[in-house]
Amino acid sequence: MLSYLAKRLAGFVPLLLGISFVSFLVMAMAPGTPVDLMTDLNPKASPEARERLEKYYGLDQPLYVQYGLWLGRIVRGDLGTSFSRDRRPVLDKIAEALPITLFLNVLDLTLILGLAIPIGIYSASHQYSFADRATTVFVFVGFAMPSFWVALLAMMLLGEQLGWLPISGLRSLDYDSMSLLGQAWDRVRHLILPVGIAALTGLAGLSRYMRSSMLEVLRQDYIQTARAKGLSERAVVYRHALRNALLPVVTILGLSIPGLIGGSVIAETIFAIPGMGRLFYTSVLMRDYPVVMGITLIGAVLTLFGNLLADLMYVAVDPRLRKR
Amino acid sequence: MRSGSGLAAVALALATCAAASSLVLLNGCGDAGRGRQAEPAQRAASESSPKAHEAEATPAYGDAIVFGTIGDGSTLIPMLASDSSSHEYAGYLFDGLLEYDKTLSHLEPRLAQSWEVSPDGLKITFHLRRDVHWTDGQPFTARDVQFAFDTIRDPKTMTAYAEDYKQVQSFELLGDHDFSVTYEKPFAPALASWNSLMVLPRHLLEGKDINETDFSQHPVGLGSHVFESWERNTRFTLRANPDYYRGRAHVEQVVYRVIPDESTQFLELKSGGLDMMGLTPLQFRRQTSSAAFDRDFRKYRYVSNSYTYMGYNLDNPLFQDVRVRRAFTYAINKQEIVDVVLFGLGQATEGPYRPGTAWLNKNLKPYGFDPAKARALLAEAGWRDSDGDGILDKDGKPFSFKILTNQGNDQRLKTATVIQKRLRDIGIDVAVRVVEWSAFINDFIDKRRFDVIVLGWSLSLDPDQYDIWHSSKTGYKQFNFVGFKNAEVDELLEKGRRTFDEAERRRIYDRLQEILVDEQPYTFLYVPDSLPIVASRFHGIEEAPAGISWNFPQWYVPKASQKYSITP
Amino acid sequence: MGRRLLRNPLAVAGGVIVLALFAAALLAPWLAPYDPSDFDAAHVLEGPSALHLLGTDGLGRDVLSRMLFGARVSLMVGFVSVGISSLVGVTLGAVAGYFRGVVDTVLMRFVDVMLTFPTFFLILAVIAYLDASIWNIMLVIGLTSWMGVCRLVRAEVLSLRERDFLVAAEALGMKPSRVILRHALPNALAPVFVAGILGVAGAILVESALSFLGIGVQPPQPSWGNILTEGKSTLGVAWWLSVCPGMAILITVLGYNLLGEGLRDVLDPRLRAR
Repeated sequence: MLSYLAKRLAGFVPLLLGISFVSFLVMAMAPGTPVDLMTDLNPKASPEARERLEKYYGLDQPLYVQYGLWLGRIVRGDLGTSFSRDRRPVLDKIAEALPITLFLNVLDLTLILGLAIPIGIYSASHQYSFADRATTVFVFVGFAMPSFWVALLAMMLLGEQLGWLPISGLRSLDYDSMSLLGQAWDRVRHLILPVGIAALTGLAGLSRYMRSSMLEVLRQDYIQTARAKGLSERAVVYRHALRNALLPVVTILGLSIPGLIGGSVIAETIFAIPGMGRLFYTSVLMRDYPVVMGITLIGAVLTLFGNLLADLMYVAVDPRLRKR
Repeated sequence: MRSGSGLAAVALALATCAAASSLVLLNGCGDAGRGRQAEPAQRAASESSPKAHEAEATPAYGDAIVFGTIGDGSTLIPMLASDSSSHEYAGYLFDGLLEYDKTLSHLEPRLAQSWEVSPDGLKITFHLRRDVHWTDGQPFTARDVQFAFDTIRDPKTMTAYAEDYKQVQSFELLGDHDFSVTYEKPFAPALASWNSLMVLPRHLLEGKDINETDFSQHPVGLGSHVFESWERNTRFTLRANPDYYRGRAHVEQVVYRVIPDESTQFLELKSGGLDMMGLTPLQFRRQTSSAAFDRDFRKYRYVSNSYTYMGYNLDNPLFQDVRVRRAFTYAINKQEIVDVVLFGLGQATEGPYRPGTAWLNKNLKPYGFDPAKARALLAEAGWRDSDGDGILDKDGKPFSFKILTNQGNDQRLKTATVIQKRLRDIGIDVAVRVVEWSAFINDFIDKRRFDVIVLGWSLSLDPDQYDIWHSSKTGYKQFNFVGFKNAEVDELLEKGRRTFDEAERRRIYDRLQEILVDEQPYTFLYVPDSLPIVASRFHGIEEAPAGISWNFPQWYVPKASQKYSITP
Repeated sequence: MGRRLLRNPLAVAGGVIVLALFAAALLAPWLAPYDPSDFDAAHVLEGPSALHLLGTDGLGRDVLSRMLFGARVSLMVGFVSVGISSLVGVTLGAVAGYFRGVVDTVLMRFVDVMLTFPTFFLILAVIAYLDASIWNIMLVIGLTSWMGVCRLVRAEVLSLRERDFLVAAEALGMKPSRVILRHALPNALAPVFVAGILGVAGAILVESALSFLGIGVQPPQPSWGNILTEGKSTLGVAWWLSVCPGMAILITVLGYNLLGEGLRDVLDPRLRAR
């Protein structure tokens, strides 16, 4: 076990190097530099000012030098300083956005799981019934809707016309003057739309997967045996089939851990949520290399750990895979 | 039952979706899509006249105003900021020495209570107010101005705005509240430049690295408001400065909410989450005219500070013949563009000066919309349709090129599309291409790899246009990227900078405009209107050429209508 | 197999939708009542009427015509990106599965690197920097979605690798490429086909997401994504500008998904009801 872990962890390093190098290349190939964005079309900016700015950011050095410098800092645990005018440490910026994104994604995932598993089970045990078909359609419709369109419609209906829910953001303006309960309720109200819409569009994948996994299990011989033994359908489904059907779902869960740190740029833009998605996108547009590299690196690390965790969970949960 | 049920399920689901979305949208916002063209612009004007809300209560202090912004600011030190959000935030915290008055015709005192320009135009002496304090209690002195001046000229300061101040030869302190600056040559735009130099507190920043100091996130200023809190990418708040030298601002709290999407901003405005925003022409005309809107908001309209143009790459042989450029201007119906793209909320323009200001040459003769004349001019220049394919050609080559504009600007894209059609009507084959901003600047503008661009300029209030039209400014990353070279214009631009005599300058710039109209290095298109909308509980708003925000500290909400309970 | 498919009404519905849209896109030049770039300043943002069945947009252009030509664009984006991703995925997967060893390890590491990248971000970054032309969009979507297919094909080829007939073929001196192409691949193709169908739907959604951010197919060329984005800024005023493309995307993606799922049910022997 330990040697397996050691081997996997050792494999992380070349992967991370590869990923960071590819991202660096992509950024470097981009037309324009962060300095341009500060000085373009500003009649008052002289060529000397531009040169000074470029030197300040180390952009006048060849690419491999810049990459090398960045690597050197990373190894020491320093993610660097943002190129944007606020010159804040990259770590600070990520630390602000990451908890928000994580929180939202965990909520989404919980909601989706809570809905997808029962839907999948029901669909599988009543395959081809009207209910099965109806939920299939429902789930797919949710997936097929362009998310920003649905979000706006929901905001218009529930937020503007009916006034039931706030339109955007995570807290109200007078949050600070609310009681503890009031604050909790305020947060919940702000989360209903973004989490709800994300769940609606994300339900399809997991519920279909649950359904097919359940179907596969229900075809197995031992299920026939259980039925033949006279066990109620309920017992068959919930006590015997479910446990086995959940195995692949568990691994899917493991694989979605890395996705937890990625925010949806679209949802965050529409709902004015300051998460990782927007941070990444605006940094890309502003050619803020340190932030982009920092996010890519952290994302990659979390993904690799997530995959490792998924593999471990799979082995732990599926007895067939354990080495004797 | 089985086969039908599946299909039925699909059909039912789809029908429900279609119906639901249509209902939501039809319901939304009173006067949906009924093509109401009669816009009560007159109504907006009369409503906002002081008399209409004079009946209201006396000015009171308190309440808050909530603005929306698409992007968050990055630094609160004005000379280091390059994005508009940062400048907007910092504008509440700092003042300049002088400021254009509400009619935009002359400069009035701010931190400087008076100034003199020497007869030879080389020296300006400023006398500062003696009653101003930084919000930490320290007095404001001429040394603070000197500090800001030295800092902005320091090569280590990462600012893009040093040019104007580099023209100064020497800075002389004449006392705690007086100083003079001497220029190498008379520099007329100088006075205006002292408007933009936002002074900094020397006692807090001396000896620190201006580029890295924490002051940019926690500043101390002397303006109408004091920095309160800044939650990144979410909210930026300010409180009124009780000791502001021009009188305490009535609106106690200013809040900026970062809302990156315009549709979301509009929804927030409608539901009371925002108090003010700039409307698009479409929103102004068609989405803000219901009874509820009239009750809860007031709309304003004034000439904005920018113009949109179509620029020709004068190094491209296609556009070197002035008859071709004039023909294009004849072929384009500028009023049509204003009507379609701006819903009439703007005006066609013939030159780079703002309508309503003294600098605009009122005797310019517009080309007008005349496609026949356009065709005639092109024929004169040798362009005919010799192969009958509808496209003009010369020496076997068809007249075809690309119009480039930047991505993210819907108005420019629509403008380019309209122009494309009008040019096609006279036999020119035009393609429209949209490019991401940074790529646009770096790959196309800077390298001058374009045929024609549709772009805009912001107008400064000083009439100097040196950077855009002088033949020396055609280098890499400079602003005469169309490559305009005219000896008389060069001379005019130089003379215009060197004299302070207003009458003389007016003559110079009038002549400049005549030449520009004649030569058409750009086809000047239009000046759009600014269309702010403000929640109706705010009183004291006075419309002027400078807009409506020029007297923001005087805006107030009567006690009875205050929405947010912020104790002053 | 075809008959079994027909018994699944959802798949049938999906198939009908897919075919109908295909037809509409192909016949667009004949079906469209107006030239999609023809604008009319006098009829800006008008609702559905006898003259304009689906209304007009912000420049007075006919929405129905733009939708029909936009169908071509959306479907083209879907098909070409799936084509690219399938080509890359099948090739790399087959090579990895057949040759195994170092080749396999290297390729799988590469797949891991690609999978670790949040694909949408990569698409964003690349498109934001390059021109947002149709070709770039299709290329980028294609080059970031081949990994699933690659793994699928690799698994199939790996499992077939051991089969006797392949060993025999090799012993007989057949070239590896022929062996793969003639024998291994056809078995792997079924799930690849299903993945392709689902991929078309995904690509259409990605294009609309890119349009929302302003980096999808660029106007004046019509695509459902950019019509929907225009509809977004005219929400309260022109419901047809958002409902039409929104519903079109919904119906298309739904259709492809239903068809793909139906096919998968049919092709996967483990899922059939007894």
